[in-house]
Amino acid sequence: MVNKIWIFFIIFGIIGCVITGKIDSLNAIILNSTKESLEMVAKIFPVMALWLGIMNIASISGLLAKLSLKISPVLSFLFPELKKDDPALGLIASNIIANLFGLGNAATPFGIKAMQALQEKNPEKDTATRSMITFLVINTSGLTIIPTTIIALRMFHGSKNPTEIVLACLISTMLSTFIGLAIDRLYGRKK
Amino acid sequence: MIDIISSLAIPLLVLFVVFYGFIKKTDVYTSFIDGSKESFPMIYNLFPTLLAMMLGINLLLESGIFDLISSTIKKFVDVPSEIIPLALLRPISGSSALAILNNIYINNGPDSLIGKLASVIQGSTETTFYILSLYFSIIGVKKIKYALKVGLLADAIGIIVSFILVNLLWN
Repeated sequence: MVNKIWIFFIIFGIIGCVITGKIDSLNAIILNSTKESLEMVAKIFPVMALWLGIMNIASISGLLAKLSLKISPVLSFLFPELKKDDPALGLIASNIIANLFGLGNAATPFGIKAMQALQEKNPEKDTATRSMITFLVINTSGLTIIPTTIIALRMFHGSKNPTEIVLACLISTMLSTFIGLAIDRLYGRKK
Repeated sequence: MIDIISSLAIPLLVLFVVFYGFIKKTDVYTSFIDGSKESFPMIYNLFPTLLAMMLGINLLLESGIFDLISSTIKKFVDVPSEIIPLALLRPISGSSALAILNNIYINNGPDSLIGKLASVIQGSTETTFYILSLYFSIIGVKKIKYALKVGLLADAIGIIVSFILVNLLWN
């Protein structure tokens, strides 16, 4: 899947640029992409290191396990494949909570650890499990209470009421998350 | 109010975790260092994926395919023309979507109907491609099954719902 998408992006991208007469910019784009990806890594890396450190404290002190017990009734409904004491649950819970509060930077390392925990029990290491996909649906549907970036950007552009859109965002993201999870359920059951 | 909450959220979280570790007599410092070390193997897996993705996406963006799709959609549906590129690029490239949003704010103002619609779309969706490739590449999963389909469907639903909501609330 990823393989096909990538091939399509590259071939279509280059041929499209040639057809629309942007041959000159092709070289710059190819080189800039390398730079851009390194800049992205430079942005993500330190934040990841910080949160993985903080999270490890939460994990060793037993905070994560406590959290996952509290939230496990909801999560065991969403993740029927996981047992109640699965270590992935606490990590999934932390990821969702961080996302809800708009702490995207903190959410990512929690999410990665959750995926690693799910992968440990995956019998086919190169294939996604049902729980992994359910977890990522929650992440890709952008579930959050406070869309911090947008509020900040609206403020910057002189909005009279920057937080006016918060309720609409919340309803919209909740609906898309629920419907996304329902579709995911259908696909997950099919197999 | 939201300002204060969002600027205090991270410090309070750090304080709470460290304090909890202290009460439970955890070796807080060593735990932090050990956890932090795990970022190295993650980045090792992440960089090649990011590079491949940026290359593909940047080439596709430049090819003009999105202008073509935008103008085709415009023929069939009556949507403000500024919104279509935002909706199309939102799942693929977070930075391009943010740049488009920024332009909409400059050209139409954040409190205009289009400005609000763009805000809600941006605020209720995520960069699906980025998230899927990030998480799956770090754990080494190559067969992602129906993950992309469901992720993109959720984005599409988010965009449609935003459109309806903004029109109900402010139009």
